[in-house]
Amino acid sequence: MKFTCTAALTGLASLFCTQMAAADDIDVGVLLPFSGVYAALGNEIEAGFTLGLETFGSDLDVEIVLHREDTEVTPATGLTRARRLILQDDVDVMVGIVSSGVLGAIRDIVHGAEVPLIVANAGNDEATGADCSPYITRVSFSNSQVNRPMGTWMADQGIGTVYTLAPDYAAGRQMIDAFTAAYTAAGGTVVGSDFTPFQQTQDFGPYIAQAQASGAEALYVFYAGGEAISFVNQYDSFGAAEGLPLYGSGFLTSQLYVNAEGESADGIVTALHYVPTIDSPENAAFVEAFQAANDRLPSEFAVQGYDAARALIEALSTGANDRESIATALRQVSFTGPRGLLSIDPVTNNLIQPIYVYETVTGTDGMTQTVLAELPAEADPANGCAMPSVVSN
Amino acid sequence: MTTDLGFWTLQTLNALQLSMLLFLLSIGLTVIFGLMHFVNLAHGALYALGAYIAASVASVAGFWAAIIIAPLGVALTGVLLYGGLIQRMRKSGPMAQVLVTFGLIFALLDLTRILWGDLALAMDTPALLSGQVNLLGVTYPTYRLFIILLGGVIFTALALTLARTQIGAMIRAGVDNDSMAACLGINVERLFFVVFCVGCALAGLAGAVAAPLLSVTPGMGLQILIPTLIVIVIGGLGSLKGAIAGSLIYGFVQTFGAVLAPQLASVLIYALLAAVLVIKPVGLFPAKG
Repeated sequence: MKFTCTAALTGLASLFCTQMAAADDIDVGVLLPFSGVYAALGNEIEAGFTLGLETFGSDLDVEIVLHREDTEVTPATGLTRARRLILQDDVDVMVGIVSSGVLGAIRDIVHGAEVPLIVANAGNDEATGADCSPYITRVSFSNSQVNRPMGTWMADQGIGTVYTLAPDYAAGRQMIDAFTAAYTAAGGTVVGSDFTPFQQTQDFGPYIAQAQASGAEALYVFYAGGEAISFVNQYDSFGAAEGLPLYGSGFLTSQLYVNAEGESADGIVTALHYVPTIDSPENAAFVEAFQAANDRLPSEFAVQGYDAARALIEALSTGANDRESIATALRQVSFTGPRGLLSIDPVTNNLIQPIYVYETVTGTDGMTQTVLAELPAEADPANGCAMPSVVSN
Repeated sequence: MTTDLGFWTLQTLNALQLSMLLFLLSIGLTVIFGLMHFVNLAHGALYALGAYIAASVASVAGFWAAIIIAPLGVALTGVLLYGGLIQRMRKSGPMAQVLVTFGLIFALLDLTRILWGDLALAMDTPALLSGQVNLLGVTYPTYRLFIILLGGVIFTALALTLARTQIGAMIRAGVDNDSMAACLGINVERLFFVVFCVGCALAGLAGAVAAPLLSVTPGMGLQILIPTLIVIVIGGLGSLKGAIAGSLIYGFVQTFGAVLAPQLASVLIYALLAAVLVIKPVGLFPAKG
């Protein structure tokens, strides 16, 4: 298989067009943030996606033409770029979307134009809940999917009381709500909860002190990116680990920035759909290939891009070649990847995948992870999602 | 709500720590504005640059080298900015200055992304300052105490320089009435240049000391800019007293707001800002009466 690329990045075209797309080519729109606060995630997902196409695309007899668009972090920009891909570039399928805000903005045009979209990050519950669409298939995660099993698991470990902290925005609240619901259902008690102003909080000291004073047995948090690094460093500097062990959603100690946290992250127990130390032949092969290409260990974002590419190729290899048939084929994709056995929930189009509880530990070469438990894959509740069931072709 | 005294001591120290970090940043900005009537919105970007330089230097030469080299590096950038842009923009009115320095924010932001990448960097605290100490009955991170102490030392040094030295007198004269000061034989332009460089160096220092505490990300300069501007507006433009008062008010309102009324934490400081603007539009301690 050959690749041709078009880049519509304003002025700074980093890729170039080689030839015009022929009629039997598959045009793939890649919608990722390559600038703004999520640029690191966009690049990581793209690295995984490229590797996935190289790994699985060699047997494909159609040519994949990539159309790369920068969504930034702004819903309005994302919408403009998605519109251009759908109307002007006439793409057959779109891949990407990091921010849930951007996903929310483009949902209606994707649904209305009946263009299949493979979501490679944005975890907003509604996207595969009340706002679900037969054209939107998510291969990343949903916010509740990552946090719900951890609630049950922590209660099972005999942790009776927790204090929760998260940034005050939609994802922060969804993550903590899902955890709290599962944790209290399993018999635990949340003794206190704070939501910190999103991206405005420099000093987490007051919140950490508050959590320490609450007398809870453990602290459960969701933070991501720069906030995660600040939080973990500050938590460690207070020596809070002694009386108040830290648990959380696994983005807190993501492979992407755990080395910036350094030994402060040692001993934190979190849950996520992927860590690079999962012990399986599929993961070993993926980690080796990713490291060879990028000179760093893959994060959950990379595996999302990698599996998005694989899902696309699995769909295309069934003979699907237009918007309608690709959308139908995507909904029936199932394979064993680095994360384990993956399948698409026919009710919501969200990925069904196992969740890994892992402890971050100091390794010989930077921070690494020890997987403590593999929690079985379970489908999210439909949450008001109603869409026609898959019609097999 | 806890009635434990230790808890409140701890939160007071947290408030002081945040205040001192903001003070290091706002003092440079406010004196530059007071003296030169120049709105330098790129100040936050210089702070981010300081953090990046510090993180890079620290990984090679250690923490102490980093907090000396970072301010110097940022001051050097300040010299280039002054010669290349700011000197020409001096007479062009506040709107043009705001636009140019606002653009500079994004230019510097992308420059840090090109040079250091998108991934966040880390900087370790030195062994001497890691861990906790017992103070007033609470266990408190040593590094945070170091920030409080550093802020105190810089404040004292600046206060003494402004009040007791000849150059301090010249700066005060310049802030008060620059044309009169020039008539008295003070080289106001050179004074501006020195003050601008010192302000940049302090922004770099703030970035360097913030790096181990926060994370070093391209967006950190934008994040800190709004709090810094709030400090200056509350405190009053151009004065040392205003910068320290504004910083303390911001630090305490933010910290105790987060503890006592978490739902209002993000609104409180803006409400206070609005109140100050209504009651005393020039700020609490403006340099000019």
